[in-house]
Amino acid sequence: MQVKVFVTPRKGILDPQGRTIESSLKSLGFANASNVKVGKYITLDIDAKSTVAARDEIKKMCEQLLANLVIEDYRFEVEGE
Amino acid sequence: MKWGVVRFPGSLDDSDALYAISEVMGEAATMLWHKDESLQGADCLFLPGGFSYGDYLRTGAIARFSPIMKSVIKFANDGGLVFGTCNGFQILCEAHLLPGALTRNKSLSFICERVNVRIENAHTRFTSAAKPGQVLRLPIKHGEGCYVAPEEELRQMEERGQVILRYVDADGRESDAANPNGSMRNIAGICNERFNVFGLMPHPEHAVEKMLGGDDARVFFQSIIESAR
Repeated sequence: MQVKVFVTPRKGILDPQGRTIESSLKSLGFANASNVKVGKYITLDIDAKSTVAARDEIKKMCEQLLANLVIEDYRFEVEGE
Repeated sequence: MKWGVVRFPGSLDDSDALYAISEVMGEAATMLWHKDESLQGADCLFLPGGFSYGDYLRTGAIARFSPIMKSVIKFANDGGLVFGTCNGFQILCEAHLLPGALTRNKSLSFICERVNVRIENAHTRFTSAAKPGQVLRLPIKHGEGCYVAPEEELRQMEERGQVILRYVDADGRESDAANPNGSMRNIAGICNERFNVFGLMPHPEHAVEKMLGGDDARVFFQSIIESAR
């Protein structure tokens, strides 16, 4: 099964990259762009008996390594769900 | 007292730290390889700066799972002294030995300069040789030194005296201008609740000799050495 993991800065955590990109978008004339956030997109394959089992494993991966919950939130999608 | 300096792949300041501890401070020190689990009888561990594992994923996130870190975590949980600078500080946060996290500098620039930091708590084994409120001039060199923690956690840390160092101006006053990286509450260094683990972004190992620009950081080493007597 293929998995897509999205890691994004937590609400309230300073995201200087997002802010810089937002001001660049505005200077290009995209005045309607706001709330730009920069995160990480991680893909991986997982060998699991069911999507339920896969989701359990991926949650552990996210909480132990892929995201730092002090500063980041995560969500993921499992192929075929 | 015996010191152990942990070398990770990508550590930069490991040799300078070993030099500062052994040659300048005259203490017994040994280098520890990240793949070993033995701490070789060290009484104080030094986690140096650098870019362990290329800073992949997040700074310190991969190093935190190096074989030696199991021993470091156990050593710290048993009350052993652990001193982490820059990348060492980031690793200690990722290993949950210290609260909070270090993120991209607010300016997005890598900063390499001397800054002023104020001793906020001189009643720890890392700072007892300093005077409360003393201002030290120390070098920093980092891209990810912006300290963040949840507001409630910060409030409790302040109450318990866990904020050890704050970025200030030359007169010892904190301001946004004196904050090089956007750290919350100008925080430059913290301790854990037990006060046996200390992490800071500045580099004490680069500030122990006048000839090399200043020796203000000797107070940290002196404090640790005196506390062991």
